[in-house]
Amino acid sequence: MVKFSRFTLDNGLRILVHEDHATPMAVVNLLYDVGSRDEHPDKTGFAHLFEHLMFGGSVNIPSYDGPSQAVGAQNNAFTSNDITNYYITLPAANLETAFWLESDRMLGLAFSEKSLDVQRNVVCEEFKQRYLNQPYGDVWLRLRPLAYQVHPYRWATIGKELSHIEQAKMDDVRAFFTKHYAPENAILVVAGDVEVDAVKELAEKWFAPIASRGKYVRKLPAEPEQREAHREVIYADVPLNSLYIAFHGPARLENAYYAMDLISDLLSRGTSSRLYRTLVKEKELFSEINAYHTGSIDGNLFVVAGKPLSNITLEAAEEAIWDELRQLKYEQVTDYELNKVKNRIESTMIFAEMAILEKAMNLAYFELLGDADGLNREVDRYFAVSAEDIQRQANQLFRKENSSTLIYIADKHAY
Amino acid sequence: MLTRTQPPPYHPISGLDLIKPQEITFSNGLKVFIFDSGEQDLVRIEWIVDHLFGREDQALLNSSICELLPEGTLTLSSAQIAELVDFHGAFLIPGVGYDQSSLTLFSLNKHLEELLPVVKDMLTNAVFSEKELATYIRNNKQKLQVSLQKNSFVARRLFNKSVFGTARYGYVPEVSDYDELTRNNLLVLFSQQYRPSNCTLVVSGKITGNVINSLDRLFGNDWVDQNGALPIEQIPNVLPTAGKLAVDVRKDAMQSAIRMGCLSVQRPHPDFPGLQVLNTVLGGYFGSRLMTNIREDKGYTYSISSGMASLKHSAFFTLGSEVGVDVTAATLGEIEREINRLRDEPVSNEELAVVRSYIMGSLLGSLENVFSHADKFKNVYFSGLGLEYYDRYTSVINTITPDEICHLANTYLDFDKMVKVVVGKI
Repeated sequence: MVKFSRFTLDNGLRILVHEDHATPMAVVNLLYDVGSRDEHPDKTGFAHLFEHLMFGGSVNIPSYDGPSQAVGAQNNAFTSNDITNYYITLPAANLETAFWLESDRMLGLAFSEKSLDVQRNVVCEEFKQRYLNQPYGDVWLRLRPLAYQVHPYRWATIGKELSHIEQAKMDDVRAFFTKHYAPENAILVVAGDVEVDAVKELAEKWFAPIASRGKYVRKLPAEPEQREAHREVIYADVPLNSLYIAFHGPARLENAYYAMDLISDLLSRGTSSRLYRTLVKEKELFSEINAYHTGSIDGNLFVVAGKPLSNITLEAAEEAIWDELRQLKYEQVTDYELNKVKNRIESTMIFAEMAILEKAMNLAYFELLGDADGLNREVDRYFAVSAEDIQRQANQLFRKENSSTLIYIADKHAY
Repeated sequence: MLTRTQPPPYHPISGLDLIKPQEITFSNGLKVFIFDSGEQDLVRIEWIVDHLFGREDQALLNSSICELLPEGTLTLSSAQIAELVDFHGAFLIPGVGYDQSSLTLFSLNKHLEELLPVVKDMLTNAVFSEKELATYIRNNKQKLQVSLQKNSFVARRLFNKSVFGTARYGYVPEVSDYDELTRNNLLVLFSQQYRPSNCTLVVSGKITGNVINSLDRLFGNDWVDQNGALPIEQIPNVLPTAGKLAVDVRKDAMQSAIRMGCLSVQRPHPDFPGLQVLNTVLGGYFGSRLMTNIREDKGYTYSISSGMASLKHSAFFTLGSEVGVDVTAATLGEIEREINRLRDEPVSNEELAVVRSYIMGSLLGSLENVFSHADKFKNVYFSGLGLEYYDRYTSVINTITPDEICHLANTYLDFDKMVKVVVGKI
């Protein structure tokens, strides 16, 4: 149970406070309701590049990191397809420094051309390090456009290609800030060794003077239902063949989301899970295999990914995965097995309460979904899923015409 | 009127409140350290065994034993163990370091009675069946093949080999080494290493008397130490490194992985805390000189950092990054320049003040929950030190002078004598 207080400033900024006096630290987590799904198709990778620029100086503070480090703080941020999330952890006695820093960069950015130049390079190197200079690193650059036709989830957070980042202009950056970094587009969570009243005072002092700029209302194109199987085969300089099958799944706020999430656990969470037990250990077809979903707010992708052993053909490997998926469609899961994955959800939620940063991020995210208290009802939502729900969702997901299959064929003679 | 140009007042961190463990030795000699704190009804229990090196090149045996523990015992199959752990919402994680292996159980208190006997069975009755071993070998050979196409992975291996040579810390497995694993070798080393006199139990979370009693019954009373006295430890022969550059050319690389470093001193050495400060200035945090210069000024890389590792019989300093191939040589030049600058000019008082605050803040932040208190203890305990080490450490952080840092740089960081590895293009 994560208790919290909640209030909203006149400018629309939502603020949540969670007191946890077991730690001497405080965390300030600021979630902006903007992700790569909000980008223009010709300017992708922008939300993430922008996240880098947020550390390049704000209207009254030339550098974010210097004063942060000087009070013993650690800070970072991440961008996803849905959100951009900034966080700073520091000794609770220095909480006000976090308010000073975060409010100034919501007030206005002031980074230089040089900062834009450097961060374009840094992000390009990040692009290469994570997506291009690694075996299978480009899988999401290929799988997303294979599965999504119109929704902006068809590009990855890092962007479609290096050139979009290389061409980012100062004007684009300014416009992006005005559009998305307004107080009514953000959720601030303060957690740790803090008092609600003191946080209220600090929020009034530092954030209330920031003028509201109007809430950005997103109108994203809805992904039409997929009606035929998609397939892409790549001959690549990778050591092993590899296979990815992606299915369109429910959005985060649909009831069916919980069944989909439990299906990924049934298939691949822990060493007793179905895919690992059957395909790795019993039938000896794969060296590794996983099932997971993107955890997105709009329609998700559910992915099964595996590397077949070298003596197994791709056809046999693919068919073996489908056999496992068909089992979930045709046979109801037992109470025992369903309880097993629910127990794991319960313990994971309790372990997550050990860390204030994790609690703060979760509160912000659930508030974005509609109500931070949803975090505390989450276990019940999972426990309410029945065997029939699982079977129904499996039938909905695992249809050939709902699938996008990406295959890497190892080109062993590349060198 | 709100002043936004000036920071709010800074409150220095006064001190650390470390949890001291309750220490028990069970009747069979097993050492137990207990950290009882926290709201949640959960525990983390770590069984840590020391590696006993009969041969310097046995690291693959050590890791294989640990990772195969959950793959079957005399009474439970691999599948049964997996079901028991997963059904109770627990996590059972093998971990392998240079000098120790560990088995860590994360569990809710309410399921411990079902899970502790499973762990006991694994530690005493693991069988390493031929079938499970074959699966393990097959899958790990495939995984290693994938890793060997990652430049940063290859660079780390080359670095370890270059620094430690044939000593145990320099061993890195080749794909073919997996074929030499035999069930018999695993069983022999398993029976030597996994015994109460060679094991330490670190227990943290909500630790009631019942938990301690269960542990005592299963891992004290019922765990018999066989095999006589522990063998006398062999000390590895680690020779000082000579400076050299090793390049592994990957013609299609977009980035080069750089790794470099040298031998250093261990945690008990009086210079160790000061070296931590020096390391932080150079590459130990986001505002470090390497990050400021090579990422934030030049944009050559997404990340560059340095660190120190204190091992049981050695220690090393290391630095690594992945940079564009066209700026690989330039990056090496900048690293040299930054190291030399630390040797030639004392750091400013302003920079030192930031580093002090940063280290103290991250130290405080690393004590977030009872698990992290246990981790802090393990760091010093396995270096043969007590928690008072942290008093010395924080005192050095707060009192070290720019001249002393300069002196340490001249003593321990010599670019020319470092081993340098580049995997990619230069």
